[in-house]
Amino acid sequence: MKRQIVLGIAAAAIVAGYANAETAPDDVKFVDGAVAQSLTGKPGDPVAGEKIFTTKSMGNCIACHVVTALAKYPFPGDIGPSLDGVADRWNEAELRGIVANAKMTYEGSVMPPFYKVSGFIRPGDHYTGKAAPADLKPILSAQQIEDVVAFLETLKEQ
Amino acid sequence: MTAVVALVTLSLSGMAQAAGDDPDPGKELVINGDMQMVTRVKAPDNIPGLTNVYSGWLFHDPSTQAMEMDDFDNPGMTGAETGTENWSVADGSEGKSCASCHGDIEKMKGVRTHMPKVNKDGKLWSMEDYINNCRTTRMGAKAWSWNSADMQDMVAAISVQSRGMPMAVATDGAAAKFWKEGEKMYYTRTGMLELSCASCHEQNYGNHIRAEHLSQGQLNGFPTYRLKTAKLVSIHNRLKGCVRDTRAETYKEGTDALRILELYVASRSNGLSVEGVAVRP
Ligand code: HEC
Ligand code: HEC
Ligand code: HEC
Repeated sequence: MKRQIVLGIAAAAIVAGYANAETAPDDVKFVDGAVAQSLTGKPGDPVAGEKIFTTKSMGNCIACHVVTALAKYPFPGDIGPSLDGVADRWNEAELRGIVANAKMTYEGSVMPPFYKVSGFIRPGDHYTGKAAPADLKPILSAQQIEDVVAFLETLKEQ
Repeated sequence: MTAVVALVTLSLSGMAQAAGDDPDPGKELVINGDMQMVTRVKAPDNIPGLTNVYSGWLFHDPSTQAMEMDDFDNPGMTGAETGTENWSVADGSEGKSCASCHGDIEKMKGVRTHMPKVNKDGKLWSMEDYINNCRTTRMGAKAWSWNSADMQDMVAAISVQSRGMPMAVATDGAAAKFWKEGEKMYYTRTGMLELSCASCHEQNYGNHIRAEHLSQGQLNGFPTYRLKTAKLVSIHNRLKGCVRDTRAETYKEGTDALRILELYVASRSNGLSVEGVAVRP
C-alpha cells in the first residue's frame, strides 16, 4: 500500500519532469547541425506549425520560402529555397536543427535563428525598436519549433 | 572578368544594358520628358560587394515608376514646393529667411550630391543638421524636428536643385574615419534576426522578402515619398526602420550612428543621379 503510493508519486514526478524537460535555447545540442532530441518531449502539431510558418509575428518563414501547398497565402518571398519536398531531403533531427539555428547547418546563412537567446548584437524587443528585455525569449518557443518541424515533415514528394 | 569590363563600358557609354542582374533591363528614367537620369552605373571602387549600382526606381512596378517621371504626377513634389515657398519666409528673432543669406534656392544646386559631409569643426553633419544650424545660430529660429514636414519639405526643396547630378559624397580626408565606421555598421548583423544591411541589399537585391522587392537600398532618391504613409520619408527614418526590422534596438533620427551609416550608404550611391523626390510604394 505504502509502496504503491511512493511509486505513484514517482510516476507523477516523472510526468511532471517531462513537462519541465524543455531544453533551454542555450542547452540545445547540435551534432553536424542536427538536433536529435525533441525540445519538449511532446509531438509537434503540424496545423499549428502551418500557422507559425505563415504568420508575420510568429515564424514568418513565408517571407523567404515558397511552399506550393501554401499557395492560398499570397506573395511568398524567394530569399530561401522552395521547401517543397524538404522532408525528403532532411530528417526530423536535421530539420529541427535548421529551424533552431540554421547557421549550424549553413555557415553564414541569412536564415534567422529561431531558438536562440544569446550572442546577439543590439537585440530588440520584437519589432518595437526598443532594447530587448533581460530575459530575452527566443523568436519561437520550444513547442512552436516542434510544431514547425512537424509541419515541415508533411512536405514530402515521394 | 572581360565580360564584366565590357558591360561596364557599355553602361558608361549609355548604351543598352545587358547585365544579368539588372532589375529592369532597358528601362530608362526620364523626368518631365527631358531630364535623363543615370539609374545604373559601375559601383565605386571602394564598394567591392557590388559590380553595378542600381537606383531604387528600377525595382518598382511601372505605375510607381511612372509617377516619378512627371512632376505633376509625383506627390512628393508638393512638399518640395512648400519647402521652396518657406525658403523666403522670414522666421526667428533675426527676421531672416534662408533667401536673405543664400539668395535664390537654385544656389543650393549640388548640395545634395555631397551630403552628409564633415563640417568646419570636424563633425559629420547631414543636410538636416546644416539647416537647423542656420535656423538656430543664424536666424534665431527654433530647430525643426528631424521628421517634421517643415524639415523634410525643405530637404526635398534643396534636393530637387541637384536633380540629375551624380551623387558625389566624399569618403576620403576628414570623412574617411566616419566612412570606415559606417562600412562596419553596414556589414554587422544586428538584432534577433542576425541580418546586416548587406544580407538584404547586397546579397539579396532583386529577390523578394514576402511581397517586397529588395533594392540595393540606395539613397539617391531621398527624401522619398511613400505612397503607403502618404508623406516624405527622411533618410534617417528609413535607416531606422530597416534596423528595427532586424528585431534590433534602433538608433534615433539625428544621432551620430545614423549620420555615419548615412555617409557610408550614400557613398554606395555615388555616380547615380540625384532623384529626390523619388516615389516609393
Ligand atoms: C530571411 C530569410 C529566411 C527566413 C525568414 C527563413 N528562412 Fe529558411 N532558409 C533561408 C535560406 C537563405 C536558406 C538556404 C540556406 C542557405 O543557403 O543559407 C534556408 C533554408 C531552409 C531549410 C532547408 C531547405 C532545403 O531545401 O534544404 C529549411 C527546412 C528552412 N529554411 C525552413 C525555414 C523555416 C521553418 C522558417 C521559419 C520558422 C524559415 N526557414 C525562415 C532563408 C530564410
Ligand atoms: C544669416 C545667414 C543665413 C541664413 C538666414 C541661412 N543660412 Fe544657411 N548657411 C549660411 C552660411 C554662412 C552657411 C555656411 C556656408 C559654408 O560654410 O559654405 C550656410 C550653409 C547652409 C547649408 C550647407 C550648404 C553646404 O553646401 O554645405 C545649407 C543646406 C543651408 N545653409 C540651408 C539653409 C536654410 C534651409 C535656411 C533657412 C531655413 C538657411 N540656410 C538660412 C548662412 C545662412
Ligand atoms: C530584412 C531585410 C532588410 C534589412 C536587413 C535591411 N533592409 Fe533596407 N529595405 C528592406 C526593404 C524590404 C525595403 C523596401 C524595398 C526596397 O526599397 O528595397 C528597404 C528599403 C531600404 C532603403 C530605401 C531604398 C529606396 O530606394 O527607397 C534604404 C536606403 C535601405 N533599405 C537601407 C538599409 C540599410 C542601411 C540597412 C542596414 C541598417 C538595411 N536597409 C537593412 C529590407 C531590409
